Amino acid sequence: MIRLQGISQVFRSRDGARVAALDDVDLSVASEQFACIVGPSGCGKSTLLRLVAGLIAPTRGTIEVGGRRVDGPREDVGIVFQKPTLFPWASVLENVLMPLKLMGRPTASHRQRAMDLLEMVGLGGFETRLPGELSGGMQQRAAICRALIHDPPILLMDEPFGALDALTREEMTLELLSIWQERRKTIVFVTHSITEAVLLADKVVVMSARPGRIVSDLDVALPRPRSFAQEGLPEFQAVAASVRASIFSRRKGGADAR
Amino acid sequence: MRADDVDDDDDLPDRRATLARLARASVPWISIGVLLLAWELCVRGFRIPDYLLPAPSEVWSQTWALKAAVAGHTLATLKTIAFGFGLAVAISLPLAVLVTSSPAVAATVYPVLVLVQSVPKVALAPVLVVALGANEMPRIVVTFLVCFFPLVISVAAGLLSVPSEYIELCRSCRASRWRELVRVRMPCAVPFLFSGLKVAITLSVVGAVVGEFVAADEGLGYLIQSSTAFFKTPLAFGAIVILALIGIVLFQAVVAIERAFFPWSVSDERFRD
Ligand SMILES: Nc1ncnc2c1ncn2[C@@H]1O[C@H](COP(=O)(O)OP(=O)(O)OP(=O)(O)O)[C@@H](O)[C@H]1O
Ligand SMILES: [Mg+2]
Repeated sequence: MIRLQGISQVFRSRDGARVAALDDVDLSVASEQFACIVGPSGCGKSTLLRLVAGLIAPTRGTIEVGGRRVDGPREDVGIVFQKPTLFPWASVLENVLMPLKLMGRPTASHRQRAMDLLEMVGLGGFETRLPGELSGGMQQRAAICRALIHDPPILLMDEPFGALDALTREEMTLELLSIWQERRKTIVFVTHSITEAVLLADKVVVMSARPGRIVSDLDVALPRPRSFAQEGLPEFQAVAASVRASIFSRRKGGADAR
Repeated sequence: MRADDVDDDDDLPDRRATLARLARASVPWISIGVLLLAWELCVRGFRIPDYLLPAPSEVWSQTWALKAAVAGHTLATLKTIAFGFGLAVAISLPLAVLVTSSPAVAATVYPVLVLVQSVPKVALAPVLVVALGANEMPRIVVTFLVCFFPLVISVAAGLLSVPSEYIELCRSCRASRWRELVRVRMPCAVPFLFSGLKVAITLSVVGAVVGEFVAADEGLGYLIQSSTAFFKTPLAFGAIVILALIGIVLFQAVVAIERAFFPWSVSDERFRD
């Protein structure tokens, strides 16, 4: 479904210096697969998502989505940002409908769908509220509904639960799993939490920093539906340990090389 | 702890808060009252002549005596403010959109704006009278010139203040520039628009009076000039007080419009404080 081949991304910073954000990245995510990306801060995870979304063009390499080359923003992806980024002037319902409005599509027929989505994430009855009246976790849930409103086959999520407290975070993780269980999508999910990655993903992609490279690509064969109860199981611990190992072996390797 | 204890605890801060709010609201009125009283007593006690400093009571009685004429002048000034301010709003909003539409346009338009802004409007007023004739046009144009610059600058800043995530959301939905402007940039600029409007509405009173000083046969500025020329200082004071009231009322009207139609913009501001 999503294929990145030999992707390199070089940014030019304000003083003219070249920043290599990604270097020769190969990655493929199958249709309806749940892929998690973990890696240190600044290793190019957000850049990777923006490339897949077509928001920026790679310096080198090719990206294909659904067999077609990506050459610009595409309407078949939903994006969830690190911060909720709801519009403070629009009600929760209007915010959820916003992608359709921005695409210039009619929204009347999607009103019910928006209500259902909000109901599903436990925001039923909050449709007419302004985002400012909602808690951070509720806002992020609304932002997830917004990404789902046009039923995109691909969902890109950039540390969507990063700003949430631990409890809300676990709750949201389970909610996302149940959403995915209900409407299968291809998901690329960026996180800093190894537990979260293993719990959610079919495969965990570990990246290294400066320049961003893919260190390992681990399949997670734990049974679904998943729950936090699995966290204590030896299988879970084994996968988590190998993810951790590939993050830290890389760091040590880097230190030795220097 | 008994239930009504809890109730009492809940009630007490509430009542205290109401009292505190009342006290806070009454403080300005009390201080104004004390000031007026002191003023009145000083003028009477030291027998200061009317044409130097009239007592508040004298200001009131002389202004009230000419209430029909004063009302006419007030109306004239309000008309100047309305037209000048309205013109400024009507021109500055599209101009701000234009300035922010591309760096090239900004580079062309900004220097002209700055040039216009750096000309003292008071100096410009007599020239405008020559150019536009001795009617209300020069006054309206001066008012317009005084208040449109802060409006353009604040709205332009607002249109450019859009968080990058909002823009990425627009781009990922392939929104046209027009839709991006209307759905995202303009709402983002609303809090900035209102801070610009608050500055501009206050300046518009200044602009109208400056215009009336230079060339007018009506308006509160004209009233101040003509009454001081005949040492009718109390009347001039009356006009000044009315101007201050106009400023306060118009400013509060802008605040009220923001509260009523863009409450999210107001609460946002309060969080920022
Ligand atoms: N528009 C840009 N211009 C210049 N440099 C950029 C730009 N975007 C990203 N970078 C650089 O590319 C690198 C990767 O950035 P990116 O935001 O993708 O990291 P990240 O893995 O998402 O980090 P985090 O986990 O902290 O969000 C960083 O060094 C960053 O400075
Ligand atoms: Mg990031």
